[in-house]
Amino acid sequence: MATSAAVLERPVRVGSGAPGALAFWSEVTRPEAVAALKLTLGVSAVCALVNAIAGTAIAWVLVRDRFRGKGIVDSVIDLPFALPTIVAGLTLLALYGPGGPFRIDVAFTRLGLLLALLFVTLPFVVRAVQPVLLELDTEMEEAAASLGARPSAVFRRIVFPNLLPAILSGVTLAFARAVGEFGAVVLISGNIPFKTEVSSVYIFGQLQAGNGSGAAAVSVLLLVISFGVLLAIGGFRRWRTRHDRV
Amino acid sequence: MSGITAIDVTKRFNGFTALHDVSVTIPEGSLTALLGPSGSGKSTLLRVIAGLEEPDAGQVLIGSEDVTERPARARGVGMVFQHYAAFKHMTVYDNVAFGLTIRKRPRAEIGRRVHELLELVQLEGLAKRYPAQLSGGQRQRMALARALAVEPSVLLLDEPFGALDARVRKELRAWLRRLHDEVHVTTIIVTHDQEEAMEVAGQIVVLNDGRIEQVGSPRELYDSPANEFVMTFVGPVNRLGETFVRPHDVELRLEPDEGSVEAMVERVVHLGFEARVELVRDDGQHLLAQLTQEEAEQLELERGQIVYVRSSRETVFSEAARHPDQPRSG
Repeated sequence: MATSAAVLERPVRVGSGAPGALAFWSEVTRPEAVAALKLTLGVSAVCALVNAIAGTAIAWVLVRDRFRGKGIVDSVIDLPFALPTIVAGLTLLALYGPGGPFRIDVAFTRLGLLLALLFVTLPFVVRAVQPVLLELDTEMEEAAASLGARPSAVFRRIVFPNLLPAILSGVTLAFARAVGEFGAVVLISGNIPFKTEVSSVYIFGQLQAGNGSGAAAVSVLLLVISFGVLLAIGGFRRWRTRHDRV
Repeated sequence: MSGITAIDVTKRFNGFTALHDVSVTIPEGSLTALLGPSGSGKSTLLRVIAGLEEPDAGQVLIGSEDVTERPARARGVGMVFQHYAAFKHMTVYDNVAFGLTIRKRPRAEIGRRVHELLELVQLEGLAKRYPAQLSGGQRQRMALARALAVEPSVLLLDEPFGALDARVRKELRAWLRRLHDEVHVTTIIVTHDQEEAMEVAGQIVVLNDGRIEQVGSPRELYDSPANEFVMTFVGPVNRLGETFVRPHDVELRLEPDEGSVEAMVERVVHLGFEARVELVRDDGQHLLAQLTQEEAEQLELERGQIVYVRSSRETVFSEAARHPDQPRSG
């Protein structure tokens, strides 16, 4: 395993004797920990953003368009939730790894990592936006059109602002899930330190190497950052829906 | 400002024909009601004029221009919906300003126009509120200001007061009437309420089953209905075989005279100025009579009493006008 090997090459600092705060700081500022954390947050943010757009588009098609097999597509959206994530990871590796049927090899790359995260977080935005879009008063759009708005302006000024809170809810869940994902990424990412190793896998590696305090320190930092991001998105969402409060 | 002409408009939804070859002219500057029961096609006709539904056949003219192929945004119509269609994420000000900001008018001009309109619809001081903070009546007045902001050549109202309670509905009807006297824009109001149509409109178009039954002033429709449907739809009516009698044309006497029929009083309902008397004739037919309170008191009507009824005015329709549901030419 790349992770274990990389960890063992370094001096193990279990019980180094430094006082609490100092030990915490030295653990979370270790270059490998920082790199893993940056990658985790970065790839999760990209994943959330792609989901915001793709998820909204899928929800739109499922609600507003008519096509054959719509019911099947609608049911299949939840597949990533039904599948154990390790199975998802294994499948992705078989499909998009070396010797996969599509001759696309993204194994052990950041793209592979992103692909795995996109797969497991796909349903969040779709399922958050779908009911809101179903309930959306189409007369609002007709009123805007009769007032001279082109379809693009109707979407930008009427539909999108009304979907935004739901999109943000979905994005929040997708981001949170992506930050914490382990099973789906552990196989396809290859866990190469400084390249494709995410925090969850780093923490697991630290635990395996016997560095409990290192694992705990990074866990705490990850928790604090995720919590901060969730609070910020939640605050923005509440501000955006202020008009619903009477 | 422009008149509206629909020529042979047909609209089908999944095999159901909502409008059959409908042709109608709405005079410039008029306030016209499209009146009919639900499913009669009145809202569909309005939406075809607005450009929100595409007709399967026929033409729509606004002024002298054929707008049939034009999208709603380019027709210059102001539309008001039954459930307000308020932009709930925008303030009252931004709702009213929407059409003007789409047209990229200068900010100062928008501000001036919005405040003018808010004054016109009596919502000044509520500009910063959100629709959720307004009452139904206020929301609908905001929607009207929003539609008027773009100076539409025609104003289309789809059951605008249908979601409001009776008292507010009455107030807004009178208010709409006064507003129309001020702004004179050609206006169509869709309603299923004959009283509302009669109270507000100068011209009424009666629709039934996707066809126009009659076009006329409220008085014409009431006094000379073209057929049974219009007769029964525009006001209460007694049907005695093939003869129709309005309740206020039923006369009650205590003594029999020529042409009168014996009847028994079943119930007397006092409604202020008016009293309604439910009767059953000796041949078993039920009859409704409308009297003034004074007349009712003079007769000292009470339940179970025997009276003699005759009608001062009766209407009998020709065979062709008798069955308006059957397809017919013209």
